[in-house]
Amino acid sequence: MKAVYLQGIGIAAPGLFGWPAARRVLLGETAWQDEALAKLVPQLLPPNERRRTTALIKLALQVAEEAVTMAGTEAAQANTVFASSDGDFYIVDRLCDALLQEGKPVSPTLFHNSVHNAPAGYWAIAAASQNPSTSISAADATFSAGLLESVSQLATNGSNVLLVAYDHPAPFPLDEKRHFVAPFGVALLLAARADDSTLAEMELHLPVENDQILSRCSDGSMEALRQGNPAAASLPLLEAVARRQNCSIGLPYVAGNLLEVKIRA
Amino acid sequence: MSISPLMISASSLVNALGVGKEATLQALQTEKSGLRRCDLAEVDFPTWIGRVAGLESQPLQGKWQPFDCRNNRLTKLALQTDGFDDAVDKARQRYGSQRIGVFLGTSTSGIAQTEQAYRQRDAVSGSLPEEFDLLHTHNIYSLVEFTQRYLGLEGVGLSISTACSSSAKVFAAAARHIQAGWCDAAVVGGVDSLCMTTLYGFNSLELVSAEPCRPWDAKRDGINIGEAAGFALLEPADDTAEVLLEGYGESSDAYHMSTPHPEGEGAALAMRQALKRAGLERSEIGYINLHGTATPSNDAAEDKAVEKVFGCTTPCSSTKGWTGHTLGAAGISEAIIAMLVLQHGFLPANLNLQQKDPALAINVLQKSESREVRHVVSNSFGFGGSNCSLVFGKRK
Repeated sequence: MKAVYLQGIGIAAPGLFGWPAARRVLLGETAWQDEALAKLVPQLLPPNERRRTTALIKLALQVAEEAVTMAGTEAAQANTVFASSDGDFYIVDRLCDALLQEGKPVSPTLFHNSVHNAPAGYWAIAAASQNPSTSISAADATFSAGLLESVSQLATNGSNVLLVAYDHPAPFPLDEKRHFVAPFGVALLLAARADDSTLAEMELHLPVENDQILSRCSDGSMEALRQGNPAAASLPLLEAVARRQNCSIGLPYVAGNLLEVKIRA
Repeated sequence: MSISPLMISASSLVNALGVGKEATLQALQTEKSGLRRCDLAEVDFPTWIGRVAGLESQPLQGKWQPFDCRNNRLTKLALQTDGFDDAVDKARQRYGSQRIGVFLGTSTSGIAQTEQAYRQRDAVSGSLPEEFDLLHTHNIYSLVEFTQRYLGLEGVGLSISTACSSSAKVFAAAARHIQAGWCDAAVVGGVDSLCMTTLYGFNSLELVSAEPCRPWDAKRDGINIGEAAGFALLEPADDTAEVLLEGYGESSDAYHMSTPHPEGEGAALAMRQALKRAGLERSEIGYINLHGTATPSNDAAEDKAVEKVFGCTTPCSSTKGWTGHTLGAAGISEAIIAMLVLQHGFLPANLNLQQKDPALAINVLQKSESREVRHVVSNSFGFGGSNCSLVFGKRK
């Protein structure tokens, strides 16, 4: 395939809040601390809209904003791919609970926030963007599937693509059925052409070449996080970008396959 | 950028009108609706629904048991319909199992299974039943994993969930993946099934009609919720091609989470892009299958959008009066209806239209017509301001 270029990164996860801090951790300059993620207050969405959003929506918007800001591009100009394995468990819990009550009092706001593309809808309003947007899932392979869709868009359409991957732990009792160790959000602003601010060149391969195996975090203490949230599958890729390494990364993909990402810093 | 020509070499459809495309075609031609008074015991408000009969008694068994939920039962039924699984089997032998992608849309997947699990929470611990398998039923990807395994496919795959545009956008995603070289052919489609979340959710927004829905009617007052599953096999066009995917357009409203832009700006943008990608003039489109949900604001916005792009002469209709609004399956359902229009030279009426809203301008068909058309458009718009228009054409 034709290479794509990484122009901006956003990240929000325990001990990895914002790319500058995350980069130092991934470089091994500072030790990773498994500390709770602070409350997020994304800035682009007007306060009256932000009031209606959930923790999952804020997580997606926060990292999207950071990636766009870092790339120095107009938020409205990027096509978007929102990738989440399970969507908003908090809303599912509230909806299913309401359906058990007398008269099944589902809240209208809760219902329109329940669609998988709710973060994408709020982002379009925040960024004032009428550009194409999609919202996907591929369970534990969601990050890779989002990356493939993003590069497919770049190959067939000139616009930059903002990939936003995010999942948030479920409340009880859903947490007993699908457990994520922590919230994790990551956004990559991808372009078809390189410029002075390009962070890395990426080339995807499917099926993988040679003996590419699933990549892990160099810091073993972060492995539980990588395996404990579908969006955190991105960590080995982010580590390679932070370290400006020329290397190949194996990411989990669907149907038992791996997706290979060749990175040139 | 224009798209390389893709043909629809097989398709299947299951909805309230019956199992198979022939049931839908016959109902369209005889103007017989599939809607019925809501007969679900848990629903305590009056409405009409488009229910697929018999799913309750068709559990997924054996190795498919972990996937068992209403949505995946409907998925399996549609895969077995209209010879679709056989057609994919032949394609698999030609292309290889790694080279056929699967791109499916859904809005709520198997959420009905989670609703049921909540009704069965342990009285003491609050836990959900042990046998409840969230990942293989409720998760948005569950229908793709089921479909891949059922058809023996091992290539690229993803679910798209953008509310009521979901299974229109799968055509765009599949075309991109084929064009970028990640697969040679693709199974596209969508499945959505009745659940309390959508019935009570739309009711909370006062968007559900107590009567059969009446798109474009002066007295329209909301949707009827339906369920459906549909699939199409997309391949590079060859000499056998009858129906082609000619273009797609996608856009965002950037306006409101559950109300369309009142001037239909986003919708018009999607239609213009679809025409541009197809390389067609607006005068070359012979029929538009409207999203036409029958809520006052949706139809008003779509009317303005269609008028902006096409003017007021192109024949249009909403077929929701037959099937109900099948949400995440509406895109594929109406794409297949658009293909039936191309193949049978038959333009369906806008069922249940008694008195056209005088505020609406476009040419909505009061009666069905026999007419050969070469190119058709299908519109799908969803919550969150997600718009998609598709152009299908008949081979010259």
